[in-house]
Amino acid sequence: MNVNKHNTLDNLSDEKLVELYKKMLLIRKCEEHLSSATKEGAFPGAVHLYIGQEAIAVSMCDHLTEDDWISSTHRGHGHFIAKGGDVNTMMAEIYGKATGICNGKGGSMHVADFKKGIMGANGVVGGGMGLAIGAALAASMDKKNKVSVVFFGDGAANQGVLMEAMNISSLWKLPLIFVCENNQYSEFTHTSEVTSGKIVDRAKPFGIPTLEVDGNNFIEMWQASAQAVLRARNNQGPTFIEAHTYRQRGHVEFEYSFLSRTYRDQDEVNKWLANDKDPLLRFEQYLFDNSIIDNQKTEALNNEIDSVVKESVSFAVNSPLPDLSSAFNNMIA
Amino acid sequence: MSRMRMMPAINSALIEEMDRDKKVILYGEDAGISLLGQTTGLQERFGKDRVRDTPICENIMTGMAVGAAAAGYRPICHLLYGNFIYTGFDSIANQAAKLKYMTGGQITLPIVYMAVIGGGRSAAAQHSDTPYPALMNLGGIKVVVPSSARSAKGLLKAAIRDDNPVFYLTAGSSGKPEEVPDDDFILPIGKAEILREGNDITIVAIGPMVLKAVEASLALEKIGIHAEVIDLLSLLPIDEETIINSVKKTGRLVIVDEARDVCSAASHIAAIAADKAFNSLKSPVKRVTVDNLAIPYSPILEDQVIPNVENIVNTVRELI
Ligand SMILES: Cc1ncc(C[n+]2csc(CCOP(=O)(O)OP(=O)(O)O)c2C)c(N)n1
Ligand SMILES: [Mg+2]
Repeated sequence: MNVNKHNTLDNLSDEKLVELYKKMLLIRKCEEHLSSATKEGAFPGAVHLYIGQEAIAVSMCDHLTEDDWISSTHRGHGHFIAKGGDVNTMMAEIYGKATGICNGKGGSMHVADFKKGIMGANGVVGGGMGLAIGAALAASMDKKNKVSVVFFGDGAANQGVLMEAMNISSLWKLPLIFVCENNQYSEFTHTSEVTSGKIVDRAKPFGIPTLEVDGNNFIEMWQASAQAVLRARNNQGPTFIEAHTYRQRGHVEFEYSFLSRTYRDQDEVNKWLANDKDPLLRFEQYLFDNSIIDNQKTEALNNEIDSVVKESVSFAVNSPLPDLSSAFNNMIA
Repeated sequence: MSRMRMMPAINSALIEEMDRDKKVILYGEDAGISLLGQTTGLQERFGKDRVRDTPICENIMTGMAVGAAAAGYRPICHLLYGNFIYTGFDSIANQAAKLKYMTGGQITLPIVYMAVIGGGRSAAAQHSDTPYPALMNLGGIKVVVPSSARSAKGLLKAAIRDDNPVFYLTAGSSGKPEEVPDDDFILPIGKAEILREGNDITIVAIGPMVLKAVEASLALEKIGIHAEVIDLLSLLPIDEETIINSVKKTGRLVIVDEARDVCSAASHIAAIAADKAFNSLKSPVKRVTVDNLAIPYSPILEDQVIPNVENIVNTVRELI
């Protein structure tokens, strides 16, 4: 399957495009805050940041409603926000507070909001696969044209469960979209050192249509998402998208506090931070080129998002810690 | 003797055993760079043939250990966190634990599966489990849980030389530095150590809980209670003799374990005491363990769930 180049963003209003840009900006700025807050020890636990991959979650989730499902990964803040998760309760969760979306029980790796179709970040690589399949099964039985999306990494693509997921979803024509975010690293190892062949090609023998896109190109990713979601909604079965991107930050923030050596060149990282590679800067340029935003507007948007993030942080900081007794509830119904 | 923490002690045991026996190979996700520090520098020293970075594929990793062992190697399969034992569980439970028996003893399976266990780091439920109860119920495998740099080294060397699948589970943090023997230092699997002697009560502790049990015994001493602290070290085989002899002397038993309570090492030890030291017991056997819960993220919740020194002291005081 090819990405449908005719289906451009032309049919999106300027306001809508600005909304999408704002969402990417919100993810970026939340993550930047978490990066610096980690160094200050402002919250417990570790964070895996989504910086550099924002276009993928935001463009895919633009085609979804709250009735659709997503499952995500340990690098899950971006998916949570893109799918409409509340930033305040996400931040409070990461700060381990009672007001967190999981009452402080899950933390960064488990932010979830089932009411909004967010089955959550996941601490087990490949763990989201079964969840998304199950939701797709439910959706196919409901017959309400709901769809289910599984976001997973290049590293997760090497888990055997991917083969099981591709087989059963194709066999049962489930309304499922595989989104493999190939950010070139699996922890501290380059994908090429642990992966044979092309990941996207793995779907082909199962009869699953595939799309390979530049995941840092918002427009391309948005178009691919549109096609895949349409197929799923029309009961045409799963689609497999491999989105090429780059993990701008480390695997986990502050990783050089425990790693004994480096594993990638700073030159390589810098290349991906540049205007022509970074997904946020590229989308910003697109909006500039189409006179949808100008410097003044960009500054205003940045200020607006800064204050949203600031508010979420003060919400988190000022929230109470969980009640001690809550450690013992929720385990079984 | 050298002063070192646990991860460097593990590292030195791996180096010594890989130097000694060319059949020892090691693989795991990011084994080269080493996320947790056990395997730092091994790839540079022994090459990418013997020390391999695997894709993320725990089910094959655990299974191929069985095949490689049957074919003459002594694989060390590094599974990072104890929770990923679950992702690789099929081959552990259905192959590693049974293949020798099912095939009438045709093979030996000298495998070491290693992982870190336990919470206390705000890593939440999928990175904080202590999964050895499930392993202890399989038969056909050994389980060791070192508690210190010294025992980490001695037990790893023993595990690598053992002809059975051995689960080698330690805390994720490196703990305090201590004196570790430089020579060929081996601690026998299946032998517990008495860390502190006492006549009033026996405290059996496992892995990351051992330090807390020792701390508790120091606090108890101040109020005139002399606890005998046993560092269990091996869960399977279990050193029944050391436990029973101690309980016969003290008449009381508390077991401290970071695993969930149901069908646990702690409940198994309680059963052994009921069975073999019943007439010596002056009070009920108590278990200080984790409730049937997942480990929560927020530190104040996590502190509620994981046994601490105060819990141990209070439990002992209830009995005496
Ligand atoms: C089952 C399992 N095995 C191993 C890990 C440890 N781990 C966490 S993230 C990760 C790498 C994941 O790489 P990828 O899927 O590419 O996601 P990315 O981090 O690049 O977003 C590994 C090995 C885990 N969390 N779960
Ligand atoms: Mg990756």
